[in-house]
Amino acid sequence: MSIEKVWVVAEVNDGVPTTTTLELLTEARSIATTVEAISWGPSTAAAAGVLGEYGASVVHDIGDLGDALPGVPVAAAMAELVASEDVPDVILVPASYDGRDVAGRLSVRLDRSVITNVVGLTADGDEVRSEHGIFGGAQVVTARFTGERPWIFVVRAKSFAAESSGGAPAQVVELARVDAGAVDTARVVSRHVEERSGPKLDEAAVVVSGGRGLGSKDNYAMIEELAKLLGGAPGASRAIVDAGWVPYAYQVGQTGKTVKPTLYMACGISGATQHLVGMKGAKNIIAINKDQDAPIFSVADLGIVGDVLKVLPKLIEALRARS
Amino acid sequence: MNVVVCVKQIPDPAAPQALDPATHTLVREGKLILDDSDAYGVEMGLQLAEQSGGGDVTLVSMAPGGETSGLRTALAMGAAKAILVSDAALKGSDALCTAKVLAKAIERAEPDLVLAATESTDGYTGTMPVQLAELLGMPSVTFAKKVSVASGNVSVERQTEAGYDEVVCPLPAVVTVTAGVVEPRYPSFKGIMAAKSKPIEQLTVSELGLDPAGVGANGASQEVVSVVAADDRKAGEIVVDDGEGYARVVDFLDQLKLI
Repeated sequence: MSIEKVWVVAEVNDGVPTTTTLELLTEARSIATTVEAISWGPSTAAAAGVLGEYGASVVHDIGDLGDALPGVPVAAAMAELVASEDVPDVILVPASYDGRDVAGRLSVRLDRSVITNVVGLTADGDEVRSEHGIFGGAQVVTARFTGERPWIFVVRAKSFAAESSGGAPAQVVELARVDAGAVDTARVVSRHVEERSGPKLDEAAVVVSGGRGLGSKDNYAMIEELAKLLGGAPGASRAIVDAGWVPYAYQVGQTGKTVKPTLYMACGISGATQHLVGMKGAKNIIAINKDQDAPIFSVADLGIVGDVLKVLPKLIEALRARS
Repeated sequence: MNVVVCVKQIPDPAAPQALDPATHTLVREGKLILDDSDAYGVEMGLQLAEQSGGGDVTLVSMAPGGETSGLRTALAMGAAKAILVSDAALKGSDALCTAKVLAKAIERAEPDLVLAATESTDGYTGTMPVQLAELLGMPSVTFAKKVSVASGNVSVERQTEAGYDEVVCPLPAVVTVTAGVVEPRYPSFKGIMAAKSKPIEQLTVSELGLDPAGVGANGASQEVVSVVAADDRKAGEIVVDDGEGYARVVDFLDQLKLI
């Protein structure tokens, strides 16, 4: 049985699909002939043009979910659609906060397991193979489903390049919300946006990140200054985000943002697996760290074994002098 | 309030890791330790149970070979008891199967709140807690960076792409916590001694009412096809800073035409 239909869980903010959504739609086109999007929110109709342009023929629109967390209502509506005979072969879900909730809930409702942390997909006749980096990306695992369809893959951001197919706007089809009962009772009471200035972390050509080696929260100012001098975005390791030095929006890594800039500078970051998977795709990597055995040096094009608190002030001074 | 904390015992991530060439599963030889990510859930559970003025923390875990070394660490922190599902049939279980097994074990503890890490350090599938919530018929809030409980509701600050959301949800519920949620305590000497005599109830898959043929590698509906070394980045030039290391960085930025 060949692969005919793929659903893409499409996240849309203010009428604009996320970049990962467009990446998944692009990849879905190379797997199957029919690509459909599943979406929700108050502005899905406004996104139909772009979703179509990247390959979706139909967008199943669950509508405005109000203050509900999306995981349960989206998965419940999708399961209902599967039950009504519309069975896709493959479901692609972005590895975002809400995407992972959708995948977990859907997995149980359909009684299908999920394959997560996917960074590559290949359709080969009747099967789809997924690729995963393990041990910080040192090895590549290829996996596949052996059970019944649909096969649910949770895909990491920036695994594919988004390319327009020039398709017509997707046809918006209403997908009814189902009453999921007690499991659908988590409600958002307020939303907080932690503003940051400068280019977006996951789109910047240069990312300068700081880690525990900075020693204190105050020293993070050097990371911000260096990022500014290079026209880039400041980032952070999980360690200093967890320590409360910078907001979560700055985090690069497995549970944070995946970045693929022209240059990634890791300052005082040891390079735990959790961090490496989020930045290893950078074209060029500079690492500054006191510990010469730090794993970050194994991926760095240029490694400076030294104290960031000594190297960074001189570097900043030299760059200021040239700007 | 009774809290269940899901914990995983894993090979020390600081030690070299490998996959078994035959089964393609993580080699789990030697002593297993408490996954560091789980220490935050244990601490959060202890604090919430204490604040509620009654009830305690039960650990729920799964291991194919009856391992308990990691559970003792969490018991030493202050958890009252543990349920360990241990069965050779569990080897090679996928996340959905793990959730089914843990759900059966958790039902026995009748918790008001179930806590778990957002993902394990060794497998980082990251979907198990939500699968668990669906199986238990509970709502869930993932990626909590702050958790409090009042009048039958759990309030959570949940990470988002843009910042965070404040989410409220009635109990019983499943909440996954990030590493920033609380600072885990170190087990005291007294705690370590007390942990030795705390009860660990060991159950097999059949004792939970599940079919051993449906779990583990036999029940998994996914498989690893191959494992190969990545086209790895080669380590580049390493310079030991002698006070002029910054200048090499400036040259490099010049080459990239970034300055």
